[in-house]
Amino acid sequence: MRVNWKTYNPGPFFDEIISSPGYARKPAKKLASYLRSLTHEELLQKKTAAELAIKTMGISFTVYSDAGNIDREWPMDIIPRLIAGSEWDQTSKGLRQRLAALNCFIDDIYNQQKILKDKVVPAELILNSGNFRKQCLGMKPKHEVWAHICGTDLIKGESGQFYVLEDNLRVPSGVSYMVENRRVTKRTFPELFADNYSIRPVADYPAELLDMLVSLSPRQVKHPEVVVLTPGVFNSAYFEHSYLAQRMGAELVEGGDLLVENDKVYMRTIAGLSQVDVIYRRIDDLFLDPLAFRKDSVLGVPGLFNAWKKGNVALANAPGAGVADDKIIYTYVPKIIKYYLDEDPILPNVPSYLCVDKLQRQHVLENLDKLVVKPANESGGYGMLIGPQASRKELAEFRRRIKADPRNYMAQPLISLSTVPILGDRVVEPRHVDLRPFVLQGEESYVTPGGLTRVAMVKGSYVVNSSQGGGSKDTWVVENV
Amino acid sequence: MLLSRVAERVYWQARYLERAENMARLLHVFSALQLDLPKGTKLGWQSLIQITGHDTYFSTKYKQENERNVVKFLLSEKNGISLVDMLVSARENARTTREIMPTEAFELINGLYHFARDHAEKGLHRAERNNILEQIVSRAQQIGGLLAGSMSRDEAYSFVRLGRSLERADMTTRVIDVDAQKLMPQLEVERAEPEAREPYDNILWMNVLRSSSAYQMYRQHVQERVNGADVAKFLLQNEQFPRSAAHNLTTLTKVLAKLPNSGKVTWQVNKTRRLVRNADLQGLMQRGLLEHLDQVQQEIGKVHYKIADTWFLPSK
Repeated sequence: MRVNWKTYNPGPFFDEIISSPGYARKPAKKLASYLRSLTHEELLQKKTAAELAIKTMGISFTVYSDAGNIDREWPMDIIPRLIAGSEWDQTSKGLRQRLAALNCFIDDIYNQQKILKDKVVPAELILNSGNFRKQCLGMKPKHEVWAHICGTDLIKGESGQFYVLEDNLRVPSGVSYMVENRRVTKRTFPELFADNYSIRPVADYPAELLDMLVSLSPRQVKHPEVVVLTPGVFNSAYFEHSYLAQRMGAELVEGGDLLVENDKVYMRTIAGLSQVDVIYRRIDDLFLDPLAFRKDSVLGVPGLFNAWKKGNVALANAPGAGVADDKIIYTYVPKIIKYYLDEDPILPNVPSYLCVDKLQRQHVLENLDKLVVKPANESGGYGMLIGPQASRKELAEFRRRIKADPRNYMAQPLISLSTVPILGDRVVEPRHVDLRPFVLQGEESYVTPGGLTRVAMVKGSYVVNSSQGGGSKDTWVVENV
Repeated sequence: MLLSRVAERVYWQARYLERAENMARLLHVFSALQLDLPKGTKLGWQSLIQITGHDTYFSTKYKQENERNVVKFLLSEKNGISLVDMLVSARENARTTREIMPTEAFELINGLYHFARDHAEKGLHRAERNNILEQIVSRAQQIGGLLAGSMSRDEAYSFVRLGRSLERADMTTRVIDVDAQKLMPQLEVERAEPEAREPYDNILWMNVLRSSSAYQMYRQHVQERVNGADVAKFLLQNEQFPRSAAHNLTTLTKVLAKLPNSGKVTWQVNKTRRLVRNADLQGLMQRGLLEHLDQVQQEIGKVHYKIADTWFLPSK
């Protein structure tokens, strides 16, 4: 049985490959007819081959569970997702604009606080935020950039327009899977590359990342020492830490490999101590330095924060950058863009309600069963309420939580995420997706062509997080033909 | 410059990989050997356990030292000693040093681990065992070949070589030790007349050589028929054969010359080398070989501690 696009039914949702039964959207035409040309058996063979490649290449992620940590093979659906080049050019401008404005905002918050004095953003929202680090006040990092690596979550609504769902400015992960998904797809569908599509390559991300990190070095030396700081092998993103270090030719270090002397950071090598210039840290702020933040942290490096404040080492992202990726601050981003850049936002936000505001809270509490409620600081989809799918008990629980701590919650209407086809056991079926492009900002800025597409593998589900059973797809930005 | 922690993991990855390969070879040779022995002769499977030095642990788990129990213990069991568990350790160390090794190295080690894990149970049956063990040896050698052909001769590669050479030197002495001193006398008791014993002596010494993949090379270098003194001499003192103790100790000195702060380690390696090189094996065959080998193993153990002291992170 072959793929039949006439019986493929995305329902009321925006499907990225089919515009109406049997008709593919323009950029997807060749992909749709190529998939039709394969027998079901051939498709399943390709699926098995891809799974085997992932296993052999050791592309894995770690799931925390009560029974201990399990290293799992990375879930990837073989059918790629397509985005037209012209659409991506516009989106990518929007992403750069957004990160540039957020960096102005963070720098302002830790210095003059003009935006608070002008009352564009309420001061109490910042000063009471769990992500505001008063230790960072007065700091001016190089290029005045705090968030150097940003993972912005985008979704497509019913109209097919991209919306920004959230900004991840702390330690966003997933980029290695973006690169590896492409490597697997090249093995799986070599026929589709070159002959049929011009696909923008993603493999140079590590080189772009290294250039950006090098541009942060406080010492003006030809080859600054750049390291990736990982919490260690038990972290769920360890694969990525190791992957990026390898691809950049940087050292992968753990807290115990580093030490601080006279406010300078050194690593312990077989030839003694060697000075470190730039640290791409994949450890949360609070665990970076037991002297500055959490005293019980065993992952961090005592004295690191001071070394950074003295300007002797660069940290990417800078401590305190998370103040701008709080889900409450998110609702102010359009105003933030206007305030610092005097431009209209290119990418729209999803409309949001702030529970701290009395009227908006009222609306949220009355319509809880229609809304998605998110806590300010959680990531990975934890602590969220999806109103239309929640039980009465869950709704009551969230009503209580919102009333107890309104600052910590915001709500959004449930946007119907767009769908793309996945290869099921029998046929291709539509599933909901989001997209996480990665944006870099140092001396220059850079946006990945496409990003990591995450897909909810369960029919009808919106949960795309790999920690909760989500999968992924290779994402092709294709040149318009 | 190489991080101390990474140096340690690379070193252990190489050691575990080498140990797994040696274990596969030993099991392979032992399984073949028993087919050559006369009916009614019991092959001392426990001597395989003695090679690993885990006799006490084994006896807490099993009552009988028979083929099935020994093979299970050394091949597939979850006990931290079996071949599969060595590959677990090799893979874990490789996984945590992926950033400095060639990409394909982890893929091969990972592939070997999956292969061994998926096939170990089958290896308990004689009919399947040879094929599986041969594949494990060949895949392990492929990894060595990949590293040789694609890794820069940097500090990380030096630690691969340190781990591998030290493990080889150690294993070769263990093989001679056990086969020569423990397996042989046992057979002698069972078959008292010297004339009847002779062909089996020969087979046993060939077994020792095969355990180290040394039979063919031995034949080319030594014209005499296979005999104990010459075999021990070849495996301990021959400088050209890559699995001999002497060759590996010499390799260590060459690698050490390229590493910073290596003085104390080199001193210990040279001490071990002299001990190996100056031994009168002809005389030791009559008396004292066991003690000599024990001493060599102790000195090899000290080399490891000097390496750890010099370069690895101090244990907390």
